[in-house]
Amino acid sequence: MTNRTIPRESAHFVAALGLFGRVCVGKLALVPVEEDEQFQGAGSKSRLVPPPRFQLFSVIQFPGSLDDRDMRFAFDSVLKASAQLVWHKEPELPPQTRAVVLPGGFSYGDYLRCGAMAQYSPVMAAVRRFAEAGGPVLGVCNGFQVLCETGLLPGALLRNQNLHFGCEFVHLRVERANPPFTSRTAAGQVLRIPIKNGEGAYFAAPQELARLEANGQVVLRYCDESGTVDEASNPNGSLANIAGIANERGNVFGLMPHPEHAVEAAIGGTDGLLLLGSLVDAVRAAGGGR
Amino acid sequence: MSDYTEPVVDLALAREHGLTDAEYARIVEILGRTPSFPELGIFSVMWSEHCSYKSSKKYLKTLPTQGACVLHGPGENAGVVDIGGGLAAVFKIESHNHPSFIAPVQGAATGVGGILRDVFTMGARPVANLDSLRLGPLDQPLHQYLLAGVVEGVGSYGNAVGVATVGGETQFHACYAGNILVNAFNLGIIETDKIFLARASGVGNPVMYVGSKTGRDGIHGASLLASAEFDAESEAKLPTVQVGDPFTEKCLIEACLELMATDAVVGIQDMGAAGLTCSSFEMASLSGTGIALDLDAVPQRETGMIPYELLLSESQERMLLVAQAGREEEVAEIFRRWDLDVAVVGRVTDDGRMRIQWKGETVVDIPVDPVAKSSPELDRPVARPADLGERQKLDLASVAPEEDFEAALCELLGSPNLGSKAWIYRQYDQLVQGDTVIRPGGDAALIRVRGRDGEPTAKGLAMSVDCNPRWCWLDPHVGAMAAVAEAARNVACTGARPLALTNCLNFGSPERPEIMWEFAEATRGISEAAVALETPVVSGNVSFYNETSGRAIYPTPTIAVVGLLESWEHHAVSHFSQPGLSIVLLGESREELGGSEWLAQRRGLEAGLPPVVDLAHEKRLHGLLAAGVARGLIRSAHDVSDGGLAVAFAECAFTGPARVGATVRLPGTIRPDALLFGESTGRVVATTSDAKALIELARESGVPAECIGETGGERLSVGPIEGEPWLDVEVVSLYERWRDAIPRRLGES
Repeated sequence: MTNRTIPRESAHFVAALGLFGRVCVGKLALVPVEEDEQFQGAGSKSRLVPPPRFQLFSVIQFPGSLDDRDMRFAFDSVLKASAQLVWHKEPELPPQTRAVVLPGGFSYGDYLRCGAMAQYSPVMAAVRRFAEAGGPVLGVCNGFQVLCETGLLPGALLRNQNLHFGCEFVHLRVERANPPFTSRTAAGQVLRIPIKNGEGAYFAAPQELARLEANGQVVLRYCDESGTVDEASNPNGSLANIAGIANERGNVFGLMPHPEHAVEAAIGGTDGLLLLGSLVDAVRAAGGGR
Repeated sequence: MSDYTEPVVDLALAREHGLTDAEYARIVEILGRTPSFPELGIFSVMWSEHCSYKSSKKYLKTLPTQGACVLHGPGENAGVVDIGGGLAAVFKIESHNHPSFIAPVQGAATGVGGILRDVFTMGARPVANLDSLRLGPLDQPLHQYLLAGVVEGVGSYGNAVGVATVGGETQFHACYAGNILVNAFNLGIIETDKIFLARASGVGNPVMYVGSKTGRDGIHGASLLASAEFDAESEAKLPTVQVGDPFTEKCLIEACLELMATDAVVGIQDMGAAGLTCSSFEMASLSGTGIALDLDAVPQRETGMIPYELLLSESQERMLLVAQAGREEEVAEIFRRWDLDVAVVGRVTDDGRMRIQWKGETVVDIPVDPVAKSSPELDRPVARPADLGERQKLDLASVAPEEDFEAALCELLGSPNLGSKAWIYRQYDQLVQGDTVIRPGGDAALIRVRGRDGEPTAKGLAMSVDCNPRWCWLDPHVGAMAAVAEAARNVACTGARPLALTNCLNFGSPERPEIMWEFAEATRGISEAAVALETPVVSGNVSFYNETSGRAIYPTPTIAVVGLLESWEHHAVSHFSQPGLSIVLLGESREELGGSEWLAQRRGLEAGLPPVVDLAHEKRLHGLLAAGVARGLIRSAHDVSDGGLAVAFAECAFTGPARVGATVRLPGTIRPDALLFGESTGRVVATTSDAKALIELARESGVPAECIGETGGERLSVGPIEGEPWLDVEVVSLYERWRDAIPRRLGES
């Protein structure tokens, strides 16, 4: 940690992330992590009475956010980790916030560059402080674009190479499997998750790209069913087939595919839970659970 | 009246507004004086074909609109159908044909925006879009451009408001070369005790304007653009096309739904065709009240707008609502939070008059009912087309039999009409809101229904939009029946019970007797089918004047049917899901090649009588499919339509996540090309692991059924019971033809 003053709402989160050890801040009653095992994942009938839930996933709602409720559903109803929508005009994050999620959509209509307006929403200053304090921030699709616009992630998302919006299920190869975003996966694992975007072609200047690769910041790449990363499996012209990247510190992750649309076996499959569930695990592991 | 002088209103100006001499005389009679300029504008839009349905009313009245599940039928913004559990489905289909031809991106986009507003106006959250597109031949650069533009328009709007486009249909035919059709369907979910109607009741209640500001766009979009045919000068009509802003619409949806969760709203209506005029007149008329409006209070994005423009503007993303008196601030607060304009623009009155003030002067003062309710009802002349007998003439014996079944199948699958539409629906967000169970590409789309708490319920809704315009051209009565039957059959193939339908009746000029005959025959067909299949008509739209320089489109009564699955998890898909299943053909194959794709594509003939439609059989088939799917007996079910059995088998083999071949041996004594490519209605290709039980169930249901083969392998082999197969081909090669049908013609494959 730096010796910079940590803003109040960010301090709460320091407790949350395993990266910094387990510290309890605020009034949260911490329960040993093992007990969390009983309510991991979705669906088991033995969990009729869920334990009280304190950990909080703040899903930011910009005007024009579209997958905000789906994201809340994925965390709240499927992963049983409480999530709430946070209106973009809020100057601060809710104090219990343990992770921030920027959902997909067309914030402010994306009439300017995608995500260019949203970075000026009042809440984004708080999100930036949260991220700078080491809090986990996940950006999906438009959320990824917003993170790039705010400078929390390097690079930019350009218009798809074929100039069409594209909605389809794609395969993704996991390049790094670690907390807080990909601990439920294994390096080299192939995930099937949909994309839906018009401006999803990842771009970074050559030096930047080299740095990303050298630091292992590339988290996901578009690939084929067998995990081969090639031109044919690149749906939008992203450089090096990049589908998702993390910042150097590893606490900010942006990806174009939509894990929240792959959280139920009969609707889109469950590969998205591997990503979102990793974040839930990280928050719980840090004592943010219950 | 300040520095603005109105044009002199006279018969000549009335004619320019599309009013007839008789209509103008009636206006003068109603008012007892010459109308003011804005008053003339109001009458002209309210009495336009588009808004008044004056040519179609006579026939629309004959459609069956009642049913046990119908909560609100035609006359409201959209139809409302009870789906149990305190929930209802709200849906409607509407055309945006003329604007889309002139400005394809904006035309199609605002079509989607308009239909969304019709649905959320009632308090429903819009959850699913379908689109029905008809264009000219895809080898024409103009239609490549129009297709790209329309798809971009539908996608850009639907994608940006967060409503999944879950299905649709697209056809290409020379009859649409001068008039494309863009029909947009939306379905929303509502709580049955929270339905909002277009009412302006409660004298003294505030009339509030919310949404975007008013500009000069789209003036006379409905009355002039949609109520007259095209000619060489049509491009000059560009300024009458509205411009859409899906971002504002998204904010408007959320703000309206937030508002409707309170009890501060008395009634609400979207400002669609004819904008402020139509919405205020409709609300007052439906409530037997009057409204006093102050135009200076209307949020405006341009300066110097005159009453005529303010009243007739079709600026998008605007709503008019009547709130409880005293709660104006509460309403305004919600819209301000979403950065939307909101203003009190008037009050409900008890005198049955529309009184409109501008700069302190009364510019409109007319009785509400005569404008809204006494619009003319025409009984236009009807005449059977002189060439109908010629169209229907087909001597099958003189049609050369198919000599190469494999080539025929490849040609059909590779044609834009039968080929994959993935190029189109890939550009649509099919997933947002997380409830799309069956995505585009199957027979019907299937979505899961969420309850009042936003949590999933067991219920699913299936929906499909269909029409075979060639059949309607050959026999509009049978063709329209077939459209209802096909849409219902598609829905039934998922296991759902068809509940109700909405229609979009696209025709040529009603001023031509043969067009009115087609219209009369088509509505008769829809009525008969809707009665027999117990799918009442709950909403709809008429689009006339789809003709250019005297050449009309084929009659195209587009039908969208919505069906209910009590348990969405128990549904059937349309593709072969695994090898080793028995293939059972439900229904009967007759020697029917009239109006078929095979005849059109392989023999260059559009002639004959369309296949017979047996509505009683269709109804029995629905019961069988629902029972078979519910019992887990039917694993997949695919409707047999364009291209007949051969195309249906191929689609079953390659539209699933994994390709599954099949060996089929068809009994029958009819000519082989009719057996393979004939389009007899009422047929479904089903798969099951227990053919005996399914055939027994079919027998009990009174549906002919035969086991005709088995799934498996990498080839599709189809032949007679004895002898050499007619075709035996690798599924992957069929798939590639089908997949590339559209991209290949756009130079993108």
